[in-house]
Amino acid sequence: MMRRLLLVVWLLAGVAAPVLAFQPPAAQSEYVPVKDLPPVDQLPAAPLLVAAYSFIWLAAMFYLWTIWRRLGKVEAEMRALEQRRTHSSR
Amino acid sequence: MKKAFLPLLLLAAAMFAYAPVVIAHADYESTMGLVQKVMYFHAPSGMVMLISAVVCGVASALYLWKKDPAADRVAIAAAELTALFGLIVLVTGPLWARKAWGVWWVWEARLTMSFVGWLIAVGYLFVRKYGGPGSDKLGAALAVFGTANVPFIYVSVNIWRTMHPMTTVVPTLQPGMRGAFWFSALTLFLLYGLLLTARIHLERQRTALDQLYLAEED
Repeated sequence: MMRRLLLVVWLLAGVAAPVLAFQPPAAQSEYVPVKDLPPVDQLPAAPLLVAAYSFIWLAAMFYLWTIWRRLGKVEAEMRALEQRRTHSSR
Repeated sequence: MKKAFLPLLLLAAAMFAYAPVVIAHADYESTMGLVQKVMYFHAPSGMVMLISAVVCGVASALYLWKKDPAADRVAIAAAELTALFGLIVLVTGPLWARKAWGVWWVWEARLTMSFVGWLIAVGYLFVRKYGGPGSDKLGAALAVFGTANVPFIYVSVNIWRTMHPMTTVVPTLQPGMRGAFWFSALTLFLLYGLLLTARIHLERQRTALDQLYLAEED
């Protein structure tokens, strides 16, 4: 008798556990304004994303510009030197 | 290469301009939401930084071994790009971390080692600029040392307990995220290749100018 009772309890527990596990979450008891959330949760993500993308653009463009500028200087110096050599050889 | 440079640069710029559209259509990550999309620029920039440090180190080792000036030109160009992409990583990472972790910076293994890697690249450039005679060999040795740091940066997230996502994240990206990631990565790899080519060309022109001055002295 006792063994049967234990078996029934065990079976019920086995069935009840998954049923209870699939219960919907507790209903919301109050509304919390966004300003009351922790500072990290209030922080908007979009400006951070835009800042990251913009920084890469600016860094790449700035670096390309520095190469172009340095190359321009070197090539101008080469031309000047070539001209000087041509004049001196005449 | 000279003929292909401008069309390829325009292609890289177009891909870069289109990348936000691709990224906007990528799936949202479940816990971080929108800010996780910084990953599409941050992680490929980190990959480029590490590749560039290896290029610099291998070229420097070749320079020390064979005394080939062409290898030195590649090394100095790659070092500058390691510093550039390292800076991008060190700026975009904290922008992500501020929202995802609640802090701009944590002195944990991956972040600290990446910072050290960037400092080595910047150190190399300072040595080359202000080191005087013999700075080419000193810089090359420093670059080899910097390359030895690369595997540690990569595996640091798997060895030590860190807040940074692990290396398994990229290979296991879901199809909704994978396309956007590799599109961004391809864009940055292309940009890196073009910037490296342009920078090597500058170094080649500088060598030619030095030879002209030497010829004039003779």
